Amino acid sequence: MSPTELPQGLSAADFLPLERRDHAQGISRPSRSYWQDAWARLRRNRRALASLWIIVGLLAFALVGPALWRVDPARQDIDQISQGPLADRSATVVAPYAAWNGQAAAGYENGSGLRLAQAGNSQAVRLIWDAVPEASALRLYRNIFPVEADMAFGLPIAEFASGAAGFYEDRLDLRPGTYHYSLVALNADRSLSTRYEVLEVEVARVITLDEVRARALVPETTVLAEGDAVNLALHPLGTDYLGRDMLARLMAGARVSLFIGIVAPVLYVLLGVLYGSTAGFLGGRVDQWMMRFADFVVALPFLLFMILFQVVFGIGPGESGIAPMLAALVLLAWPATARLVRGQILQIRHQAYISASRLLGAPDWYLVLRHMIPNTLGVILVTLTFAVPSAIFTEAFLSFIGMGVAPPTASWGSMSNEGLATMLTHPHELIFPALFISITVLAFNLLGDGLRDALDARMRSLE
Amino acid sequence: MWQYTLKRILQGIITVWFIATATFLAMHNVPGDPLSGGRAISPEIRANLEARYGLDKPLGEQYLQYLGNLLRGDFGISFTQQNRQVNDIIREHFPVSATLGILAVLFAALGGVLWGALTALYRNRLPDTVIMFLVILGISVPSFVFAALGQLALVNVNALLGVSLLPVAGWGGVGHMILPAQVLGMGTMAYLTRLMRSSMLEIMHSDYIRTARAKGLPPARIFTRHQLRNAILPVITVLGPAIAAITTGGFVVELVFAIPGLGRYFVQAVQQLDYTVIMGTTVFYGAFLVGMVIVVDLLYGWIDPRVRLQ
Repeated sequence: MSPTELPQGLSAADFLPLERRDHAQGISRPSRSYWQDAWARLRRNRRALASLWIIVGLLAFALVGPALWRVDPARQDIDQISQGPLADRSATVVAPYAAWNGQAAAGYENGSGLRLAQAGNSQAVRLIWDAVPEASALRLYRNIFPVEADMAFGLPIAEFASGAAGFYEDRLDLRPGTYHYSLVALNADRSLSTRYEVLEVEVARVITLDEVRARALVPETTVLAEGDAVNLALHPLGTDYLGRDMLARLMAGARVSLFIGIVAPVLYVLLGVLYGSTAGFLGGRVDQWMMRFADFVVALPFLLFMILFQVVFGIGPGESGIAPMLAALVLLAWPATARLVRGQILQIRHQAYISASRLLGAPDWYLVLRHMIPNTLGVILVTLTFAVPSAIFTEAFLSFIGMGVAPPTASWGSMSNEGLATMLTHPHELIFPALFISITVLAFNLLGDGLRDALDARMRSLE
Repeated sequence: MWQYTLKRILQGIITVWFIATATFLAMHNVPGDPLSGGRAISPEIRANLEARYGLDKPLGEQYLQYLGNLLRGDFGISFTQQNRQVNDIIREHFPVSATLGILAVLFAALGGVLWGALTALYRNRLPDTVIMFLVILGISVPSFVFAALGQLALVNVNALLGVSLLPVAGWGGVGHMILPAQVLGMGTMAYLTRLMRSSMLEIMHSDYIRTARAKGLPPARIFTRHQLRNAILPVITVLGPAIAAITTGGFVVELVFAIPGLGRYFVQAVQQLDYTVIMGTTVFYGAFLVGMVIVVDLLYGWIDPRVRLQ
């Protein structure tokens, strides 16, 4: 290795003197404001950032969603009640209903015992049967479950005074699916005998041509004949127990829940900031009395008084019940922010920059608005973010016990309440609104954690 | 200590008076007519009813009478149930709610301390990640969803085993209490776990723990004697509000599980606009909660003498 040979990666140019720079001692990076700094910190927090996007998505779902999915959330689709997402929605076109004289249709003439007179469909199930010897009367039952040895026949739908051959047409709330009809022979005293016959009937979904046209299920120009298949209206997330579209209701519910969840905290945090900063700034006896009053409001059991205020404000006919809930939330929830802001203002009040500003002749209102409130803004923002999930919880709680928004207004809480009744058979009616509440609360909680870490080093937790 | 106790009790009494007054004023401004219940009644009947409920007197006199009755512990007669005393209703239904609430608080406090300590010891390792994920879930999911999912799971487990492991709803034996108490305590437990975790982490880095370790104490002893004891303090301060949250959370859980507690009764009274029952239970609950907060505060002052000196 010769003395002029340099180690790898270095060249002679690396050893030349640097150019002279005039501002070598100056600040090389542009100075960043508190908010730019906080934003940079927040951006590094992946959980908080993901939550921010989820919240943007939820807001878009509530605000833009109804413009894209133009289904009336209050409109009932009586052919599709409590349908799950992606349920089969095909139907066969048939002739309009016509009265029946008890004759079996073509292809159904033969057979014995209890049997179908024509294929069962959602328009009608037509049954005929032969005479049952030694029966003094007959009773017809319908069940959606198979009849087993315990003779659970289900719903009694008709009774006949003799055991003679007969016919019956069932049109009672027929849904597509399997039904189990049982014809039971009765004893002389009308009690059930052990002789019965069960018929399993597959009910197909049918629709008449007039209904297809009235609901505009196919374009006007399409020619349809009996026996053709059409699709009923699409419900991407299914329907609820009244046949209302879940997606449209979730969007309408998002508007109500997010409106209460965001507007109420904004209002009461604002009230709390005004109250707290006034008290903190004025100080002395005024401060003491103002905070004593706030202490009393804090001591009120929150949910109990929310319920009480809901009763007091009352929901008149045709009202949604959103305004009373907002008012009650604002009236009860402001003291926490007021206390916090007062504490902050008391701390800031004696700092040097306030004295400097005062020395330069700044009036009181200028001190509060220009220096004190901006310097507590970080804390206020964090409080606001954590207030949103608690307001959403409160709304859901009240709507769930029936003291929240009035039907037919949809909110996630009231939808969960309605979904609870059908939880075992149609779980989607509970799961979707509950999921939306949980995701929203989760997103705001995580964003709040992130904001707290980014904005305020003193409040930063050890997590 | 005595001075502190006396001060807290006096504050509590004023707060309860404030609650009672707010309730009285609120209920006297409810729109609608509590007496007729929507039916047309003759003036004589109305006069009789007003006399019976004391509504024919001026507001100030009604208020004084109401306060006097409260001092004697008399909450009046129900509007919708003939001749039933509100006191009877509370006496009958509150023990159920209280039993459920005590179980839930125990469950939440023990679980919170245990899980919180565990996550702090295993910081940033698998148990910590898993438990903290569950905690975030516990904070974000409303209690009625837990209640519904718990029932659903129990139905399936019972069906799978072929025997009734636990009853799904209702009230009676210990078996009826287990699931509702867990559901009721869930949110609070998640909250306490978080609190306990950060409090533990703070303490683990303190000087006296380092000293204890340096003088060679076994880790188990450091954990029980030094870390756990000190980390529990912040958890105790929030127990008061936690009891309040669990008590009011009981409304929903009692509704879902069909438990005949005072919470369910209160919700029913609200829906039926049973004025005296609403007023009575609100004041009763309010006094109970204020009392609980005071008890917790005094307990805290007894455990941590620094509080009293402030």
